Amino acid sequence: MAENTASAKADKKPGGSQGSSESSFDMDELRELMQLVTEQGFTEFEFENENIRVRLSKAASYAPIPNAPAGISVSPQPQTGVPVQPEIPSPEADPDAGLYKITSPIVGTFYRSPGPDKDPYVKEGSKVTPESVVCIVEAMKLMNEIQAETSGEIVKVYVKDGEPVEFGQPLFGIKQ
Amino acid sequence: MTQREIRKVLIANRGEIANRIIWTCKEMGIKTVAVYSEADREALHVRFADEAICIGPPPSAQSYLNIPAIISAAEITNADAVHPGYGFLAESATFAKVCEDCNIKFIGPRPDVIAMMGDKVEARRTMKAAGVPILPGTTEPVQSADEVKELVNEIGFPVIIKAAAGGGGRGMRIVRKQEELETQLETAQAEALAAFKNGSVYVERYIERPRHIEIQILADEHGNCVSLGERECTIQRRHQKLLEEAPSPAISIELRDRMGAVAVKACKEIGYTNAGTFEFLLDEDGSFYFMEMNTRIQVEHPVTEMVTLADIVRNQIRIACGDDLQYKQSDVQIVGHSIECRINAEDPVKFTPSPGKITAFNIPGGPGVRVDTAAYPGYTVPPYYDSMIAKLIVHARTRELAIARMQRALDMMVVEGIKTTIPLHRKIMADEKFQRGEFSTKFMEEFNV
Repeated sequence: MAENTASAKADKKPGGSQGSSESSFDMDELRELMQLVTEQGFTEFEFENENIRVRLSKAASYAPIPNAPAGISVSPQPQTGVPVQPEIPSPEADPDAGLYKITSPIVGTFYRSPGPDKDPYVKEGSKVTPESVVCIVEAMKLMNEIQAETSGEIVKVYVKDGEPVEFGQPLFGIKQ
Repeated sequence: MTQREIRKVLIANRGEIANRIIWTCKEMGIKTVAVYSEADREALHVRFADEAICIGPPPSAQSYLNIPAIISAAEITNADAVHPGYGFLAESATFAKVCEDCNIKFIGPRPDVIAMMGDKVEARRTMKAAGVPILPGTTEPVQSADEVKELVNEIGFPVIIKAAAGGGGRGMRIVRKQEELETQLETAQAEALAAFKNGSVYVERYIERPRHIEIQILADEHGNCVSLGERECTIQRRHQKLLEEAPSPAISIELRDRMGAVAVKACKEIGYTNAGTFEFLLDEDGSFYFMEMNTRIQVEHPVTEMVTLADIVRNQIRIACGDDLQYKQSDVQIVGHSIECRINAEDPVKFTPSPGKITAFNIPGGPGVRVDTAAYPGYTVPPYYDSMIAKLIVHARTRELAIARMQRALDMMVVEGIKTTIPLHRKIMADEKFQRGEFSTKFMEEFNV
């Protein structure tokens, strides 16, 4: 059954991978999508291609928590053992493909600075060494300093200050 | 009267039980948070929960047993309560205490009660004091032959002599008659000394052909407690349950009432709250003895739900909210007969695990059939966790009809891509002794797989 679904999607896709709007979504596009879905009165919306799957689900009495990973499930497609069509990697799918990603080793809340009125540990353009502290992830009232564990330059910051993060979630993109 | 509102439950578990908890939460209008390891990204409970948080890499120790990760997930999602399911942290007094300290309601008994029942020696002592029959035997190891002889006179034959320092069936001797006692004791002590460097032994009453009967109880936080009747769990292989049924073909109404009363009295004495199960050994003469208590919901809870029309998860949540129990003992009725077969991703003859991708999956339907599963077509059974992929449950008016229904359901349950124990269950259902309801825990040893 998985095979049927995959081939149906591959057929619909006009001539291979297109631009970034078809192969991935950024936050603004996602927000637009959410708005559109709500306006049109849908309670569920699902989109999938070889690079990304987006599912929006709206429960009747649900009050969305700002910045929480709630109601939206955005997952990169897993590598299955039996692809129906050979997967053509699309360079636009992950514009950060060449970057080293610092991911969160724990579940918690992401903070960019040592304290509320202090400067962020790093920003775009900052140079880091393996021991450089790049952020704090707070869990159960403990402030855990996260180190870069590599050398390079911070090119991307993926999470906003004060947002919750899960295990393995990308925090920074580093050009090594 | 502590009342609390539970609006969001974090499910600290995975697989079919996580899905099961989501069902009831959805019906109650309660939001759900799933936690998952990287191996469970495509899991059903992740899909159906309102929110999902990845808490770690595949190994359980770093994910489903990772208390800080789970508590942190509850904090960032503002969950009011945690349901621990079964296994993993369900009977961790530490976890229950941490939840309490972090002002997250643990859906289960209090930490001190969990700890007390978790210590087998302590549990026996407590139950004995509460008037629950326990298997007569020594609580301390004995050395001298005279001590043993005295004890055996108290306990009565047959007895089993077990090495205090041992396990794995070594240094165990069954004694059925007074004449055998001396020699068997010497042999047991010699074996114990040789194998474990310690000649002390325990002596316990031995039950030749026991049945494993458990009693489901529910207790609220205001001192009310009821028994929801028994489950028959005798069919086991190497102490793992293969299938369960309710009611037991070996239990009369009178015995059910008596066992239930014993369990309820014990719960009230120890201040037990939420759902729990008392496990007993039943002898052929109808006498029963306490083995252990499980302070959580059990895998086989559906058979009780089918015959009592209770929703045990719903009861657990309502008890956790501080509500009064909605049943009096006289409200509990046993209707019809239910059987559950545990379908494992294992070879049905060799019992070796068979993880992998499920290429075809057909769930049987029709009247009186319930399937609790987290599998679906295209799902890959991960190798990191237990091998159970589904529980196939039937309900019918009589035991005979329930067996016929289970046979039909097993025939129409299709799982391809991995091996399962469905063929084994078909054989058991067709077995004459099983159909007559005549079996003890020796059933699988004597069964031709």
